[in-house]
Amino acid sequence: MHAAPKRGGTLIAVLGNSPRHLNPAVQSGVVTGVPGTQIFASPLRYDANWQPQPYLAKRWEVSPDGLAVTLHLVEEATFHDGHPVTSEDVAFSVQVVKENHPFQTMFAPVERVETPDAHTAILRLAQPHPAILLAMSPALLPILPKHVFGDGQDLKTHPRNLAPIGAGPFKFVEYKPGEYIILERNEHFFLKGKPYLDRIIFKIILDKSTEALAFERGEAHYGAYSAISLRVLDRLEKLPHLKTTTRGYEAIGPLNWLAFNLRRKPLDDLRVRKAISYAIDRDFITQRLHYGRSRRATGPIAPDSPFYTDEVEPYDLDLARANRLLDAAGHVRGADGTRFSLTIDYIPGFPEQQKNIAEYLKSQLKKIGIDLQVRAAPDFPTWAQRVANWEFDLTLDIVFNWGDPVIGVHRTYLCSNVRKGVIWSNTQGYCNPKVDALLAQAAVELDVEKRRALYHAFQRLVVDELPVAWINVVPFHTLYHADLRGLPLSIWGAFSPFDELYWERPPQ
Amino acid sequence: MAWLRFVLQRLLYGAGLLLAVLVLNFLLIQLAPGDPADTIAGEMGGATPQLLAQIRAAYGLDRSLPVQLLTYLGRALRGDLGYSFFFNAPVTALIWQRMPATVLLVVTALCLAVTLGTALGVLAACFPRGLLSHAVTVLSLVGYAAPAFWLGIMLLLLFAGAVPLFPVSGMRTIGQAGGLLATAADVAHHLVLPAVTLGIIFMAVYSRLARAAMLEVLGADYVRTARAKGLPECLVIAKHALRNALIPVVTVVGLQFSQLFAGAVLVETVFNWPGLGRLAFESILRRDHPVLLGILVFSTLLVIVANLLTDVAYRGIDPRIRVGAKL
Repeated sequence: MHAAPKRGGTLIAVLGNSPRHLNPAVQSGVVTGVPGTQIFASPLRYDANWQPQPYLAKRWEVSPDGLAVTLHLVEEATFHDGHPVTSEDVAFSVQVVKENHPFQTMFAPVERVETPDAHTAILRLAQPHPAILLAMSPALLPILPKHVFGDGQDLKTHPRNLAPIGAGPFKFVEYKPGEYIILERNEHFFLKGKPYLDRIIFKIILDKSTEALAFERGEAHYGAYSAISLRVLDRLEKLPHLKTTTRGYEAIGPLNWLAFNLRRKPLDDLRVRKAISYAIDRDFITQRLHYGRSRRATGPIAPDSPFYTDEVEPYDLDLARANRLLDAAGHVRGADGTRFSLTIDYIPGFPEQQKNIAEYLKSQLKKIGIDLQVRAAPDFPTWAQRVANWEFDLTLDIVFNWGDPVIGVHRTYLCSNVRKGVIWSNTQGYCNPKVDALLAQAAVELDVEKRRALYHAFQRLVVDELPVAWINVVPFHTLYHADLRGLPLSIWGAFSPFDELYWERPPQ
Repeated sequence: MAWLRFVLQRLLYGAGLLLAVLVLNFLLIQLAPGDPADTIAGEMGGATPQLLAQIRAAYGLDRSLPVQLLTYLGRALRGDLGYSFFFNAPVTALIWQRMPATVLLVVTALCLAVTLGTALGVLAACFPRGLLSHAVTVLSLVGYAAPAFWLGIMLLLLFAGAVPLFPVSGMRTIGQAGGLLATAADVAHHLVLPAVTLGIIFMAVYSRLARAAMLEVLGADYVRTARAKGLPECLVIAKHALRNALIPVVTVVGLQFSQLFAGAVLVETVFNWPGLGRLAFESILRRDHPVLLGILVFSTLLVIVANLLTDVAYRGIDPRIRVGAKL
């Protein structure tokens, strides 16, 4: 049995950058999503086992044909300004997210939202949409007060995005870009007695060594998606007042992979892609480059997803086979042992996941006669511009699953999502009608077992065709003070309300 | 009259310089690959083509370059530096918000560098073969060569990590209630490490400069005359030598003002100091062109003013320097 949670205290959490604003309905990403989830409540939340739990909706039903989702809202919920949360607000919020959120697949099938009474909302769908419940998670469907945000102004630039009102466990107090965000306890939160903390301060710290020092000194208590290097983590974990966890990243499913530009020769040849994949020692990367802190990625779906299968070709290191494949593809070694040259790009700013692996691949591919040139980018926009406009041979890339494959996985592999100029679309130029058919079926299949089978077939197919060579799961860590209890460790981790978080012994 | 004409002439040059800075920087920024729509899409983990087009249209990025430039210049002349792509807030408001922090940091560092640097340089010059002189030489060389961010991190690890005397980051203790005095003390506490970091780097220059100038002056005839008159050594140094030795120092203060700003970018990033330098750095990464341009315009203005003040200071120190006089 756990001791009873204690009330009071301030939590200082670290954000790695200034958010543009605090409204997750129109902006995705960690720095908006984590504070936004504290300010806004959502219809559902998730536990650590991918099961939806009541939040603003005390009950919900999905019709047998999957074309209607009925939400029964709690009656006592109010926004921070005292207005009750009604079905009108839900309908409004669904519309806002559908029109403005970058993840269009979340609510695209929703035709309209009916509001038979103040506390019932019915989402009418054009087709069955199994991802709809997950799309009602805190970070993805924040319920906005219609009387505040529905004044006709463009939601993407709404002034209240910077001073939001929600129904979540904490109220907005102040945001100073580049410095901090202050939230305070919502004493009228609809879950009685919660939250336990008096205040949350999000401190914005850009520099990694400064962040590490802040944790060391006890000037920061909680940090998710930390950019602190894995080697420094070893040192921090030894401190008595600090702990780390890798739980809470299951839904995000962050994959690190090597993408091929399939439009370019010789990468259009499957044998060449396979040769490259067989030349990568993924265990060396996870055990040595990542000090045993990361796991191998085997395919397009992250290992913690309920749709994951490991029954695919594992591409274990096999240099002889790689050489044979290249020979068979007709790429003979020149006088200096080189068959051909390629360049590799990487995202700047995450050396352990990107640059170091690029350097490692250079030495590894040399063994099979490929001369790999590592091309650095000074900053993110430079890299994104190259990749989005298909001006690359190979690139390392970090892409998130975002809970349901429909949201974060399909986009990389669908023919219809080959879009020049859009980063994290199908920039590889991969197109297989069989894959498209499987994904289209999986997107509307309500039966979990059948859906799983479809995704297993999809994984086997793309792992065999290698539009990208998956390398590892990004080893995100959450750092937290040892005296904190009730950490948000659901599948959404830091994208969950901090309403159960409390200090066993608040620091003086 | 000559005085007024001189100032007016300088102001005119300044206006020309400002225009050149505006146009050149506007064009230079366009050369950087990627635009704010890319960064915003990057932050969001992806975007649809419609969304990207919307963002570009909203910020006028879909118009031709000359049109964008003329619109910008027209607005800038009226004092409107545009809207930040990223924060969707007026650039002038963002700059005013961040400026006090930077001015506080830069002015403190400058005072520290000039007073300490000059004092050390003068002391070293008075005992040119002593231990102090050598120490100052070594110290100033190290200070001059050390990168600002490295020095900052080292000071952090030492005086905020190993010996926790000072706070790690920021400008004040967040959410701390208290009177004006308590707040001032809190800010001063946070200011020590960043100001010392920035100060040390520039102190090096002043101590070298003051030492060299002082050595030269001490050998001059009029100093020998002063000594021959039987004046005490401290009076000779303070009244006769120092004043002349200060001229090159003042010149460099004016010149270095702009470099001090550049140094602030790194120091502010390391210490999480919420100033203009960090805003500039972040704006580059976000391709937030209006903010970056705004900061450049602003720092140009500051440099112009600083140079004007330097010229005025010359007159105060050395009446021989006649403004506008033909040599």
